[in-house]
Amino acid sequence: MKLLYFAWVKQKIGIGDEEITLPDEVNTLEHLVMWLSQLGPGYREALADLSIIRFAVNQEFANLDHPVTDSDEVAIFPPVTGG
Amino acid sequence: MIRVQKEDFDISEEISSLNRRNVGALASFVGLVRDSNNEITAMTLEHYPGMTEKKLAEIETEARRRWNLQDCLIIHRYGRLEPGDNIVMVIAASRHRQSALEACAFLIDWLKTSAPFWKYEERNQGAEWVKARTSDTIASKKWKTS
Repeated sequence: MKLLYFAWVKQKIGIGDEEITLPDEVNTLEHLVMWLSQLGPGYREALADLSIIRFAVNQEFANLDHPVTDSDEVAIFPPVTGG
Repeated sequence: MIRVQKEDFDISEEISSLNRRNVGALASFVGLVRDSNNEITAMTLEHYPGMTEKKLAEIETEARRRWNLQDCLIIHRYGRLEPGDNIVMVIAASRHRQSALEACAFLIDWLKTSAPFWKYEERNQGAEWVKARTSDTIASKKWKTS
């Protein structure tokens, strides 16, 4: 899976993107977040408050119950502030 | 048409470049980097290349579906900008003013809540990511029902 992080999510995790192989038990965004949070303090801090986190799967906004597979591009970021 | 770019744009050139056939009204909006009380020294816009273009194209398609537009332009900049710099421009061209004005307001309201951009403000006292505003979400939602 290709993972992309933006804004302060990127700052806290410390990288903008990475390739990961999903464990078998991870098949929704919610599981992905739980799994990522165990990877280190940066991940845990970035993903601590899901009310201020948004997700995109293959460049479409998605909710926590959205399914994910290894072939997906998943982006994790704060609510958007453009315009 | 949509454009995502680092470079500045010329407002009058962009307005002149739109299709004017059968057009009686052009409505435009330009968003600038605001310097509230001399505090902000710079603003950096980050975006999600690929998804940004996709979402802006969807916003244009939706505006053209709702209003009879002869032309439509969205330009959004990214990178480091300073107070007074242009950030975004939307233009809607239509036969009559009402659809041009409504489409213009729709374009910027929807863009603010659905295009993946993030603003980072450098201030005299440190720097921080701009928080999303509830008023922007409300402004965007009012178009869902129409």
